[in-house]
Amino acid sequence: MRNAVIVFRRELASYFATPLAFVFIVIFLVLAGAFAFYLGNFFERGQADLTPFFSFHPWLYLFLIPALSMRLWAEERKSGSLELLMTLPITLWQAVVGKFAAAWAFAGLALMLTFPIWITVNYLGDPDNGAILAAYFGSFLLAGGFLAIGACLSATTRNQVIAFIVTVVVCFAFLLSGMPMVLGLFQGWAPQVLVDAIASFSFLTHFNSIAKGVIDVKDLVFFAALIAAWLCANAIVLDMKKAD
Amino acid sequence: MIEVNQLTKRYGPLTAVDGISFRVEAGEVLGFLGPNGAGKSTTMKMIAGFLAPTSGSVSVCGHDVVGEPIAAKSVMGYLPEGAPSYAEMTVAGFLEFIANVRGLTGANRRGRFDDVVARLALGKVLNQPIETLSKGYKRRVGLAQAILHDPKVLVLDEPTDGLDPNQKHEVRTLIDAMAKDKIIIISTHILEEVDAVCTRAIIIANGRILADDTPGNLESRAPSGRLEDVFRSITLGTATHA
Repeated sequence: MRNAVIVFRRELASYFATPLAFVFIVIFLVLAGAFAFYLGNFFERGQADLTPFFSFHPWLYLFLIPALSMRLWAEERKSGSLELLMTLPITLWQAVVGKFAAAWAFAGLALMLTFPIWITVNYLGDPDNGAILAAYFGSFLLAGGFLAIGACLSATTRNQVIAFIVTVVVCFAFLLSGMPMVLGLFQGWAPQVLVDAIASFSFLTHFNSIAKGVIDVKDLVFFAALIAAWLCANAIVLDMKKAD
Repeated sequence: MIEVNQLTKRYGPLTAVDGISFRVEAGEVLGFLGPNGAGKSTTMKMIAGFLAPTSGSVSVCGHDVVGEPIAAKSVMGYLPEGAPSYAEMTVAGFLEFIANVRGLTGANRRGRFDDVVARLALGKVLNQPIETLSKGYKRRVGLAQAILHDPKVLVLDEPTDGLDPNQKHEVRTLIDAMAKDKIIIISTHILEEVDAVCTRAIIIANGRILADDTPGNLESRAPSGRLEDVFRSITLGTATHA
């Protein structure tokens, strides 16, 4: 645990040692605001809630989270620091969890900095703050899911661009797996169990139910299991593929 | 003590290290010599616990590197080839990170930190990001990282590569000063280095040990008495046979 915290602190500090943290947070805030106000018609709807804000988060994360996760392991591979990290007296798990947690905490920080929109909606009306809190929590879980996928895929390559593109594609598949266009591909021939299983992997379905303010154990278990599974895969990939 | 037993590493059909065995006792400085691609780095990576051997074993101070990796890594300092570090960190920040991982605390931590910074003359660059440093400084940061916890075992993969003659001399002096009660393994393809710091030299090529002796004895094998000639005759001799 202590070692995971040491890795976490080093990793988190490294975001702020470069312009990455600043650029990411500014772009995230600008896009999150622009989507909510222009595409989501935040004002025109005349409703005191943050639905137009949160409903664009999955699409925002689709491109921004892979940009955050792509460097996690690919950069370590490229610079050779992976060899240093893996020969220090820390376990693979401490490294995997510490680095993932740092990226997640950073995403959480960016999310927290959207608080002015929460102040705005409270100033303009009388929203259900419990539901907003739940939606923030759901958005954070969604970011964690994307990050776990990105961390694992970043470990497979030393090229950050490849890590980025593959992560976007895999995240896109997870995002859309509940949509008719994806399910239609399977419905004709696959057993219903498989179709249901694919549909149940949909990030959108799980996220939307939390974003409405309903925190269901089912959705929490989904995200927790998803993150755990991808981090396991991350550790396995690192263990099997250290040399190059 | 380091005990390497029938260590083998295969990558698919390629055998990088082929059944190497040797022991190193405290106080010895072992030079690992060989042409490029001989398996030096692969062997070092397996001793340091980065790569898992295909077969065979490595034990460091009684700890099997595969079975008890944390215990083995705790007593070891390792400089990977190319001295990688975290480029965006400052020298001080990087060494603090290593000190945290190594569990150094209190007065001992401060003492070790100051000692290493002084020995490697890093005082002037402590607050510079590592990526802005010259190759020589980067190498010294890598060495500082390896010796920070005053390890019993030091594994250095090409520690003087890319250094100028003065810096090479300093690193050799540093190794000499630490050699008394430690086990030091250095890989190199610079022969003068073996003469300068090593008490024993192992020559490997194609993943096999071809010679294991003191530098003096090796030199006497060639009529000219030069290590370079011994190295050439040994390593080229097998290259034609293989």
